[in-house]
Amino acid sequence: MQIFRDRGMLVVIFVMPLIELVVLAYAATFELQDTPFHLVDYDQSAVSRQLVRDFEATGYFTLVGRSFDIEEGINQILSNEAKMVMVIPPNFSEALHSPQQANVQIIINAVNNSTAGLIKGYSYAILRQFSRGVLMKAQRALPTGQLQRIKVTSRNWYNQTLDYTNYMVPGIIVLLTTLICLILSVLNIVREEELGTIEQLNVTPIKRYQFIAGKLIPTWIIAMTVFSFSLAVAYFWFGVPFRGNILLLYLTTVVYLLVIQGIGLIVSTRANTQQQAMLINFFLIMVFIMMGGIFTPIVSMPEWAQTVAHANPITYFAEITRMILLKGSGWVDIDWMLGVLGLMAAVLVPFAILTYRKRTV
Amino acid sequence: MQTFTGFVIKEFRHILRDRHTLLILFGLPIAMLMIFGYVVRNEVNEAKIAVLDHSNDVVTRTIIQKLDASSALSVTRHLTHTGQIEPAMRAGTIKEVVIFEKHFKRKLQRSGIASVQLITDATEPNIAGLIQQYSLAIIKSWQPDDQFLQTSSIGVQPNIQMLFNPQLKSVYFFVPGLIAVILMIISAIMTSVSIAREKETGTMEVLLVSPLKPYHIIVGKVLPYLALSIINIITVLVLSTWVFGVPFRGSLLFFMIVSTLFIFSALALGVFISTQTEDQRTAMMASLMGTLLPTMILSGFVFPIPSMPVALQWLSNLVPAKWYLIIVRGVMLMGTGIRYLWLPVLILVGMTIGLVAAGVLNFNDRLE
Repeated sequence: MQIFRDRGMLVVIFVMPLIELVVLAYAATFELQDTPFHLVDYDQSAVSRQLVRDFEATGYFTLVGRSFDIEEGINQILSNEAKMVMVIPPNFSEALHSPQQANVQIIINAVNNSTAGLIKGYSYAILRQFSRGVLMKAQRALPTGQLQRIKVTSRNWYNQTLDYTNYMVPGIIVLLTTLICLILSVLNIVREEELGTIEQLNVTPIKRYQFIAGKLIPTWIIAMTVFSFSLAVAYFWFGVPFRGNILLLYLTTVVYLLVIQGIGLIVSTRANTQQQAMLINFFLIMVFIMMGGIFTPIVSMPEWAQTVAHANPITYFAEITRMILLKGSGWVDIDWMLGVLGLMAAVLVPFAILTYRKRTV
Repeated sequence: MQTFTGFVIKEFRHILRDRHTLLILFGLPIAMLMIFGYVVRNEVNEAKIAVLDHSNDVVTRTIIQKLDASSALSVTRHLTHTGQIEPAMRAGTIKEVVIFEKHFKRKLQRSGIASVQLITDATEPNIAGLIQQYSLAIIKSWQPDDQFLQTSSIGVQPNIQMLFNPQLKSVYFFVPGLIAVILMIISAIMTSVSIAREKETGTMEVLLVSPLKPYHIIVGKVLPYLALSIINIITVLVLSTWVFGVPFRGSLLFFMIVSTLFIFSALALGVFISTQTEDQRTAMMASLMGTLLPTMILSGFVFPIPSMPVALQWLSNLVPAKWYLIIVRGVMLMGTGIRYLWLPVLILVGMTIGLVAAGVLNFNDRLE
């Protein structure tokens, strides 16, 4: 009830997560969108112009400057006007129609390594396509009799359109719910301690576990509300699919929130001031989130980090949420993960209650 | 003047006495650096895949071996029939299934074409793309010797040169942003909470009746965090250079000047927030939402700004960290200086002045 009395907090609790969810979901993408590039074309032939047009036609590349001096291009990179310089050598069109190799130099600003990797990949693909086009036009006779080709087709499951939102939004929901839950539960206890109301409560006939339950339940309800709300937004606004069993998801959330509250309780019994509690809380969240596979996949992490991720409740919750929403995974697929979460809850919550007892005595 | 010095010393003592907080204020940057240096990546390493080999002949076995041998992929399951694909993918233990059709080798020899199908878990699009790319490259690289010469010289060969970060290390990209985030945490959040605490516990009244002028109070509160921030920057820089080999190609002096500027803007933001809130809790939440989250999400720290929708790109212009990042990345990684960076520097200066003015004016106002 106290929580509801604080209007300011109310706004923060409901409005902020919504805003963050939307902003983050739109911002959080590693897709390549606009790559400005500088062109140095020493060839100036119809075919080199075609190549440039091919790059621009993909929509991923935009020409922002052209010159006959590579230095100019580098300048544009240094001033952040361009991300890439494409240099076409003078004998380009001749080399294409001869057994020699035709070269194109691509200089990429690799400060953002992941963008650079994508630019490289896309460039390769465009050049491959271009090469095939040129060859077909020139009708080079290939000794087809001897040529053995492996044809590869690929299918993308669960995310046909390779939409980044489908990956990020569940992760963001997990993030928000966790944050709200942790912050609230940590603040709860510490605030009482600071304002001295703990003493008052200690005098009442209320039992310890009742006291803690009384603290836990409102937080728990609020967190569940935020979670449900975010899910609704995800489904209706972002079009994230809901392929699995919702009840299973809620069951998981129930258990997960207990784990988080357990952690929050333990932190608050250790901290001396609100500031400290928040700071420690924040620190924990940062670490858990970064290592829980929310923004960057766990498969990309080094071995030791992947092992640590197994001890991280966020890892499980994020994974389960994604699996249920996107893949329609069921009980069989997630039972062991749920079990781990249950174990964590069973260990953490009693521990929190017991250590709390020690403080007040 | 003496009262002022006394006040400042008291503030410093306060912070130093709070061992736990101090630990975190120093430990957090280091931990974050470690995490970003070692853990947060977008690359693919021993991704678990499965194969469904309908042929089981020399060719397919060779290709499968190559797939497993590559450092990017790891064949962890050999499926025996199509019905196993869906459950395996749903369980999430494998990210891709490579399917070879029947009589693979025979088809290759007789008709010149044999098919392979890749089914990839596209939940995480970029990783899926990378896994596909690697699989494709490895499969295609299998070439019987007699054709290798023919097919390699056809078409355009790109010669790719990666500037500033030839090994494409993630940590180069993250360190500048990390510095900005740490500064925000220390300067904005801690300051706002510290001032709010005075208000909440009522000691602000006491301060006000003392001979200290309002701006004395602000400076006194802010000075310890300024010092802390500078120490932290130096720590992060030293660590990232020694442990991770992140280069520092530009002028250190320029960097320190701009960083101090940025710290001022963060401190001013902290002061401003403290004037708007009544208690610590709200101060903490407000500064989290208003400074840290925009800094982490919209500044180009992790997510590239050109990839965002236009509205957000526009919004990111209001975040001081965005401009700071452009400057720091320029100085550290590209080796540029004021010549190329004059515009972001100018903007940052403007923002800082504005924020400091807002902070101080509001503080004076609120006291009346």
